[in-house]
Amino acid sequence: MNAYDIVLKSREKGRPTAAKYIKKLIDGFIELHGDRRFSDDAAIIAGVGYLGGKPVTVIGIEKGEDTNSKIEHNFGCAHPEGYRKAVRLMKEAEKFHRPVLCLVDTSGAYCGIGAEERGQSEAIAMSILDMIRLKTPTLTVIIGEGGSGGALGLSAADEVWITEASTYSVISPEGCASILWKDSAKVAQASECLKLTAQDLLSLHAVERVIEEKGFSDEFFDGLKADAAQFFAEKSKIPADELVEARYKRFRKF
Amino acid sequence: MNFEDLKKFFFKKPKNALEGTEDSAPQKPAEAAIPDKLAEKCEKCGKIILSDEMRENFGVCPKCGHYKKLSARERIAMCTDTFCELFSEETGGNILDFPGYGEKLESLREKTGEQDGAVCGEAEIGGVKCAVFSMDYRFMMGSMGHTVGEKITKTFEYATEKRLPVVGFVLSGGARMQEGIVSLMQMAKTSAAVAKHSEAGLLYISVLTDPTTGGVSASFAFESDIIMAEKGALIGFAGPRVIEQTIRQKLPEGFQRSEFLQKKGFVDLIVERREMKEKLAALLKLHCAEA
Repeated sequence: MNAYDIVLKSREKGRPTAAKYIKKLIDGFIELHGDRRFSDDAAIIAGVGYLGGKPVTVIGIEKGEDTNSKIEHNFGCAHPEGYRKAVRLMKEAEKFHRPVLCLVDTSGAYCGIGAEERGQSEAIAMSILDMIRLKTPTLTVIIGEGGSGGALGLSAADEVWITEASTYSVISPEGCASILWKDSAKVAQASECLKLTAQDLLSLHAVERVIEEKGFSDEFFDGLKADAAQFFAEKSKIPADELVEARYKRFRKF
Repeated sequence: MNFEDLKKFFFKKPKNALEGTEDSAPQKPAEAAIPDKLAEKCEKCGKIILSDEMRENFGVCPKCGHYKKLSARERIAMCTDTFCELFSEETGGNILDFPGYGEKLESLREKTGEQDGAVCGEAEIGGVKCAVFSMDYRFMMGSMGHTVGEKITKTFEYATEKRLPVVGFVLSGGARMQEGIVSLMQMAKTSAAVAKHSEAGLLYISVLTDPTTGGVSASFAFESDIIMAEKGALIGFAGPRVIEQTIRQKLPEGFQRSEFLQKKGFVDLIVERREMKEKLAALLKLHCAEA
């Protein structure tokens, strides 16, 4: 598959969204709402539950499955209050020494008047900053599109994993083609140039693990569940300060 | 024109205590934006202005008040008393083999005399020592790739080690797409360094200038203790054109300008260019002067 095929696949209809992952991975999930500042952003679903028998906080960017739910979740494009809700719940997780699992699937943070008025930049900046210093284990799994700052806001984690047909990029290939070459038809070329596929990202050390999708079978979800649970079990043994310092080094290498 | 000449244009009596020390004066030619010529045209009102007059007026058009963009070194010259450059050896190449990017870097290095879009160092402002970074519009509109991210990260690490406040002059269109995911990672890298500096109890003032958008605005620009914005600067996450295309309507006048952001609660203070140094000095003194 070339890069552009992967871009298309990462956005394909019928691909499991964050809600499906939560259903498959988390037992006894209780959704928690709102940023306690302005509103509840449905583009980000978050809450607490059990992963392999241990408490965990889960924060996922949800695109929605059918037309109605896509509209409800704003196509997975979060507003500032989504990132502020995420930070609030990350801090809650830190307080109770509970690991945080983030599921990322977004074409990018929303661009619109309200988003700008309520400080989209500040919300994402503080989400990165707070997450990168969080004193509890964190893992991000990119499950579809990892679009720019909107994805990074939830990806300042101890490790970032990606499913094999997902992407993670500084800009969408469409945006890149139109800005650089003033030609949106050059999307395929931009997809190649941006090195946004899972394998490219692995060789650039932007992700630690590429997960085979196995047609999103039960085997896939069971495997991911076991791996994530094991990851948290190992990281939970490490003193928080060392964890934060290791995270610093993870990003310092770029 | 070199850096020292520039300082003389901005300040009639330069009082650079570090002048003449080994590493205080950058060796590179500093400027193309204010060339050695008698007059220039204001990019906004089109009036012909004497270059001396423009310089004495801090690069603000005396006819229409338009703020001409300043290079990284012009900004430093205008806002600091002394400056000693650090990390000038940092440079980088075309890491992803992005088409045309290597040539672009080369021609910009030739044209500007800079390795990339940020100049960093240690400075004194109103008698207070601080670490400073300043971004350059001439280098792909201050976009952040590896070199810019590395220099800014090093500036925060240096300041943390030396227990200095940081003053950052931000000017950037965002992350540099030609460096792909590596650019995106600079947002996280710089943020982590800002966080460590802050945890050490140290002051960081960001000065947002025209433009501050994209990945830079969504990282270190908005992570400071005090956010100062230059009058009339464009500040936002998405650029206005992208928003207009997304929502298919015209944006209101003044949207995403400094004054708008202050009204919405995201900017501490707006300053006029001629008062910037004085305001920075006052804030630094209040936070950092020995009791």
